[in-house]
Amino acid sequence: MGSTNSTLSKIPNVEELMQETGFTPAHIVRLYDRFEALDKEKTGHLRPQDFGAINRLAMNPIGDRIIGAFFSPGQETVDFHSFVRILAHFRPADKKRPKDPSMPEPVNSRTSKLKYPPLVFSLISVAFQLYDQDKDGKISRAELLQVLRSMLEMQVTEEQLESIADRTIQEADLDKDDAISFEEFRKSLEKVNIDHKMSIRFLR
Amino acid sequence: MACRTCLWLLGTTFFTCTVRLVVEGTEVGATQGSQPEPGVVGSNHSQAGGGHGSSISGIQIVTFKWHHVEAPYLIALWILVAGVSKMVVELNHSLTSVIPESALLILIGWILGGIIYGADKMQTFTLTPTVFFFYLLPQVILDAGYFMPNKLFFSNMGAILVYAVIGTCWNAATVGLGLWGCWLGGAMGDIDIGLLQFLLFGSLIAAVDPVAVIAVFEEVHVNEVLFIMVFGESLLNDGVTVVLFNVFDAFVSLGGAEIDAVEIIKGIISFFVVAFGGSLVGIIFALLISLLTRCTKNIQIIEPGFIFILGYLSYLTAEMLSLSAILSIVFCGICCQKYINANMDERSVTTVRYVMKVFANGSETIIFVFLGISAIDPAVWVWNTGFILLTLLFIFVFRFIGVFLLTWILNKYRLVPLEFIDQVVMSYGGLRGAVAYGLVAMLDENKFKEKNLMVSTTLIVVYFTVMLQGITMKPLVTWLKVKRAAVTELTLAEKIQNRTFDHMLVAIEDISGQIGHNYMRDKWHNFEERWLCWFLMKPSARKSRDYIFNIFHQLNLKDAMSYVKEGERRGSLAFVRNETKADVDFNKKFRASFSEIMPDIMADNMGPDHVPLSSILQDIVPSVCLVMHEQDLTMRESEDFNAHHLLQQHLYRGRKQHRHRYSRSHLETNRDENEVQEIFQRTMRSRLESFKSAKMGVAPAKKIQTKHQKKDKPQKMPNGNSSDKSKNHPYGDKDLEFSEGDCGSGDEAAGDLFPMRAYRVEAGIVNPAFMAEMDPMDNMQQIPHVALLPQTLNSFDT
Repeated sequence: MGSTNSTLSKIPNVEELMQETGFTPAHIVRLYDRFEALDKEKTGHLRPQDFGAINRLAMNPIGDRIIGAFFSPGQETVDFHSFVRILAHFRPADKKRPKDPSMPEPVNSRTSKLKYPPLVFSLISVAFQLYDQDKDGKISRAELLQVLRSMLEMQVTEEQLESIADRTIQEADLDKDDAISFEEFRKSLEKVNIDHKMSIRFLR
Repeated sequence: MACRTCLWLLGTTFFTCTVRLVVEGTEVGATQGSQPEPGVVGSNHSQAGGGHGSSISGIQIVTFKWHHVEAPYLIALWILVAGVSKMVVELNHSLTSVIPESALLILIGWILGGIIYGADKMQTFTLTPTVFFFYLLPQVILDAGYFMPNKLFFSNMGAILVYAVIGTCWNAATVGLGLWGCWLGGAMGDIDIGLLQFLLFGSLIAAVDPVAVIAVFEEVHVNEVLFIMVFGESLLNDGVTVVLFNVFDAFVSLGGAEIDAVEIIKGIISFFVVAFGGSLVGIIFALLISLLTRCTKNIQIIEPGFIFILGYLSYLTAEMLSLSAILSIVFCGICCQKYINANMDERSVTTVRYVMKVFANGSETIIFVFLGISAIDPAVWVWNTGFILLTLLFIFVFRFIGVFLLTWILNKYRLVPLEFIDQVVMSYGGLRGAVAYGLVAMLDENKFKEKNLMVSTTLIVVYFTVMLQGITMKPLVTWLKVKRAAVTELTLAEKIQNRTFDHMLVAIEDISGQIGHNYMRDKWHNFEERWLCWFLMKPSARKSRDYIFNIFHQLNLKDAMSYVKEGERRGSLAFVRNETKADVDFNKKFRASFSEIMPDIMADNMGPDHVPLSSILQDIVPSVCLVMHEQDLTMRESEDFNAHHLLQQHLYRGRKQHRHRYSRSHLETNRDENEVQEIFQRTMRSRLESFKSAKMGVAPAKKIQTKHQKKDKPQKMPNGNSSDKSKNHPYGDKDLEFSEGDCGSGDEAAGDLFPMRAYRVEAGIVNPAFMAEMDPMDNMQQIPHVALLPQTLNSFDT
């Protein structure tokens, strides 16, 4: 465990990070190794091209969008803390940990409000962000079309695409403004067991 | 349909009968595959009394020289019969989806055995251990090793080893001891047997059989982790089986009195020696094969031969050294896959793959048919109700207990735990097969007085597992799954979202690196990249692996440049956004194939917004029939059904859902590979487009250029070290597309793409963030996306 401690000491504000995200020291160390491996020029920050170097992401239909999700608007780089915070959304909700009311609600709770500090998103919010590129709080038909386009095979024609998008908005759009707001988005996903799907099992 | 089946069956049986009768008619006495020396042909003929040959004067114009060709003829005949049986079995596909092929083949074996027995009054053809272990088994295992999904295998290696070693020992011990206990209790009556013999029997009946497992799991589609567990276990448990078998055999020979601690320790040591030694032999031969293929540049036609010969030699060598032959050939196949696929000529690779499947299929068929035939032999049948029923009970029950116990322990350490249904399938899928039969047939009758009882029991066990469990496996799985899954119809939004989440999950996994084994994996990859590939791969293969990424981008680059040139020629770049004029070549290529369908489309359908169909057609890529069908549906049926149907058909599957489907009989190009390639190309293309739209955008163009030039310069090639493990994906696994040795095929792959590249309406519905905005602040936002393009674009500078 010596190497763990020495690595931990290299990271500033590790304690706070661990508390906020709920990662154990082993997790943090592993993520730090990964961060360093991605950060080839050792600047301490990750830029989009570092993510672009992960070839596997190029094989993901929404890979580029997810890269975008790591960068808050206006920011060009991601430091380790933000990196870990975003990844923390995908940890399984740890039912075993005692509920400490004094601690701030951990990052990966299902429905934290949008008014939360800017860097802390809920799972659904992250997903919403993927759709809503212009950040106006609504998924417009055009944005939906874009996502659909990237997730469907090239054989699908434009009109088929548009019909799917129209149907989807019809189903989800409750206030009839031809766009899906965050609330409508959340409602439409009530039946989906998100926690189960989204949680990646990190090393225990 | 039924007539045809009958006809085939009758034809086969009559054919066989005829041959048998002919053979019988020209000989005296039984044939046990004995080879008459060529020198006595004459005397045989005169003995035969058929008046065929004669030792008198005169030239025979035509003679019937059966003995001349007997042995090879029979072999060839049997292979033919096996092939025909397989054909019969495959006639009715709905039958094979209910009853696995292996069960049907055994049935045919019974029928044939019956006929032969009827003709001969004894079973002249049985599955002898020699034939089985030397001529039938190796190719099956080589096929398994060569097509093994390596990454999956090695990442689950720990669990597989646990099941293979500990699980098999547990099975052997419990079955042996259980039977012994029951014998002591008198449940089996009076048989001449002892504890050691029980243990030996337990060890040979305990092992899960790879041939049977594949045969059954091919019909039942389970998730890849589960499959690799059972499959891997069936392959690796040979190490244990061999050791246990030999050890107990030696113990039985020694007699109970001689066994002391020393012997037991020797037994344990021999396990390690056998297992690791066997694997080592396999790895050495894999190295040999890779080296050889590296040097065969000039004589590519003989390359496939080397693979098979060396594979077989590895098997025999291990057998010679009394190590585990199966482990040897498995590791030979596993380790050499990557290198020979890279080194060999494309056609050789295809040949090897196909021939391997042919051999494996053929062997498997023969094995099962003979398993059936061997049963029809009253000489070996000894019935002991207690023994047989108890054996069946014990292997079944103890398998379940063993699996559940081990899984419970493993789940504490595993990252993705094995669920209940997986465990049930794993326990139920522990089929015994021909290996057990081969081993039991090898027993010495003098040492094992009850050999026939054991043979009978083994046969019954094999039939029970292969047939009963094989048939009921699928319904069981369906039933279990249905019970668990809540069948509610999801809305469109949920479906889309589900898929989005899947993709997100995969992406986050990729970003956060391989889960678990990270450090060791990196080390191994670095070692492998630096040393092994240098040693074992052809230089040209190595180069193309490194730079195939490069090439793809070079080509895209060329494409981009030609667009800019075109734009300059026309005076403005506005045409980039105009999709209908995009690519004349594309139109030419595909319009021809649409010519017959065109009239129909033109007549009935205009798109919903009266968009001229020509532009829609341009978007349509090859699968014309499907699209036509969809067009019809749009017009006639409800939109709702259409949308769901479309989603079902066309959503990209996430990587988790791509299945490593190992199949004995199907050698198909992996649809998943095509999908992944398509996604990859689209991503690259969209990055290129966003780059172009940034570069060729409006006003602050200069600013953008300088800005991102500075940024791009210090970058290095993304073919870095950290992405090694993901880099292997395009080359190692997709051996059809990217791993071809030369630049030529890289060209092809990208070249095929170009016609498909349609600058679609998407270019119009571009994310506002991507558009070149006037505001320099917003340009900053683009730059991350622009900068996603790899370094090579740096040289693209107009």
